Amino acid sequence: MDEKKTLLEVKDLKVSFFTPAGEVKAVDGISYSLGYNEVMGIVGESGSGKSVEAYSIIGLLQSPGKVTGGSITFEGEDVLSFSEEQMRQFRGNRVSMIFQNPMTCLNPVYTIGNQLVEALLCHDKGYSKDQARARAIEMLELVGINNAEKRIDQYPHEFSGGMRQRAMIAMALICEPKLLIADEPTTALDVTIQAQILELMKALQKKENTSIIFITHNLGVVAEICDRVSVMYAGRIVEQGPVNDIFYDPQHPYTKGLLASTPRLDEEGRERLVPIEGTPIDLLNPPQGCSFGPRCKDCMKICLRQKPPFVQVGDGHISACWLHFREQPGKGDKT
Amino acid sequence: MSDILLKIENLSKYFPVKGNLFRKKKYVQAVESVSLEIFKGETLGLVGESGCGKTTLGRTIIRLYEPTAGRIEYDGTPIYDSAQKIAVDMLPYRRKMQIIFQDPSASLDPRMTVGEIVGEALDIHKLCSGKKDRQERIKALLDEVGLNTEHANRFPHEFSGGQQQRVGIARALAVEPEFIVCDEPISALDVSIQSQVVNMLEDLQRDKGLTYLFIAHDISVVRHISNRIGVMYLGQLVELGESYELCSHPIHPYTQTLLSAVPLPDPEKSRARQRILLEGDIPSPLDPPGGCRFHTRCPYATERCRAEQPALKEYGPGHYAACHLLEQG
Repeated sequence: MDEKKTLLEVKDLKVSFFTPAGEVKAVDGISYSLGYNEVMGIVGESGSGKSVEAYSIIGLLQSPGKVTGGSITFEGEDVLSFSEEQMRQFRGNRVSMIFQNPMTCLNPVYTIGNQLVEALLCHDKGYSKDQARARAIEMLELVGINNAEKRIDQYPHEFSGGMRQRAMIAMALICEPKLLIADEPTTALDVTIQAQILELMKALQKKENTSIIFITHNLGVVAEICDRVSVMYAGRIVEQGPVNDIFYDPQHPYTKGLLASTPRLDEEGRERLVPIEGTPIDLLNPPQGCSFGPRCKDCMKICLRQKPPFVQVGDGHISACWLHFREQPGKGDKT
Repeated sequence: MSDILLKIENLSKYFPVKGNLFRKKKYVQAVESVSLEIFKGETLGLVGESGCGKTTLGRTIIRLYEPTAGRIEYDGTPIYDSAQKIAVDMLPYRRKMQIIFQDPSASLDPRMTVGEIVGEALDIHKLCSGKKDRQERIKALLDEVGLNTEHANRFPHEFSGGQQQRVGIARALAVEPEFIVCDEPISALDVSIQSQVVNMLEDLQRDKGLTYLFIAHDISVVRHISNRIGVMYLGQLVELGESYELCSHPIHPYTQTLLSAVPLPDPEKSRARQRILLEGDIPSPLDPPGGCRFHTRCPYATERCRAEQPALKEYGPGHYAACHLLEQG
């Protein structure tokens, strides 16, 4: 495990959607780096920009969305300057993605085999058709689909939800990408199927040494699979750190709030949940200061005026909150 | 807590699937012979995977779906009995039994204002003496669910998901019901909004002495809000018990796997624990397996499980399960 070397570096990325009602800053300056063989979780609620950010890495941002600033560097190459053709080679080959709803991402009129083989042949991996088919069968077996030789000639509608997601994973990994972006891959699945898919992803990650960006709103899933976590709120990362720090020593009020408002299967008594009051902000008219300020129970004057900078609160653990300046910086304070 | 508010016996609901010249008419056995009692003032949680029939059961209990067979008793009076051919007029009972739906945007009429939506229930049951009274009741209801009273003149699309769900709750509360079926009321909401709605439901229950049937697939939420939990699999009730007891000592193999599959928001615990992984998917309710319906996926299935259907029996105080293995001890 060499985590020092950086696979992906995102710096001050800004993505906006230019709608008739005005500019929506879906991603407002986020930075992080991802090492080889690392699993990074991105947690946030709907509208926090977690998917948009991932789509811009892989060049799938749709109009009226536009990257308005910042840089994305993948193994030293500037992804944002890629031509259409370079992007096509990059996508699927070195980075691939699995989506929330496998049914809408598989083509219903082609067999599963066709779609898997297509991925290989498009990327010119030097496979003949027969070899590509053999490789496709091998991949289906790898993701745990029984009877792959027969299954490969079936259509997506003949697969169950869990199996479709397995087929999606097979398709994403068939070209041996360095980075897999998983956008809510288990949200549409039942818990028992979710457990199967998570186990599969963990096993494959170890076996194939793929880095994963795992986007989800489910804190339990993050705890299970991720090494590092970024918590996003309203287009910004508010806290980032190793998974244990985020769960056992959260520093940002939003992260604390999320953890306190989630009912847990392992809690002792029947404690009342502590909700985060208010509603997510309107991205068309974002507040001037900290975006979480209006919902924060410890909101101060400065929070409404100015966006907080990141503060190093632990080893590789950063948090953007003015409260860290009130107390001694670097010390976790109880609020 | 000992008074029974609602009692169902061997309730079944089948949905016909259209046949044709070449295909026989088939039935989806969405709910198959479920018996339950719901006590006054409690929250009974119902969990299970998609397609297990929990929503169908909830809707059949309040007869939004006409049952195929069985008996439903509300507060001692039968409101449906297939053997005795009883099927009472539901209108008076709709005042007592209400439902909150999963998708708030789909369950609110987009062309009615919030005031009209909430007021409609008042009109149907003729609960207001005049226009002014009606206005005031609507305001009071909106206030109760944490909405601004000026919101009465707005349309559903002007609200966020959490607020829409509050409108749905206000509509259910309008007739001052005793019993509310909450059908996945928070599944469509963001995490930070979910807890707001859960707390509100708890407060309302305490203040008004409501009884809930709380249906959800998220077992952590159900455990939090419920006094007792029923676990369903393929249309049948497989385990029923006090919620903490059931979650800490599940006895049915399906409940055990279901609980071990729930991700814990705790990195060390979730990585340390042993998971029971199930093979395969839920069989089709069109053609459910014979014997115990879980036997195709159960790691402990025996010959007997394939041949004979287990009955729901009591194995601890108030803790029921349907499994042959438990009988053998």
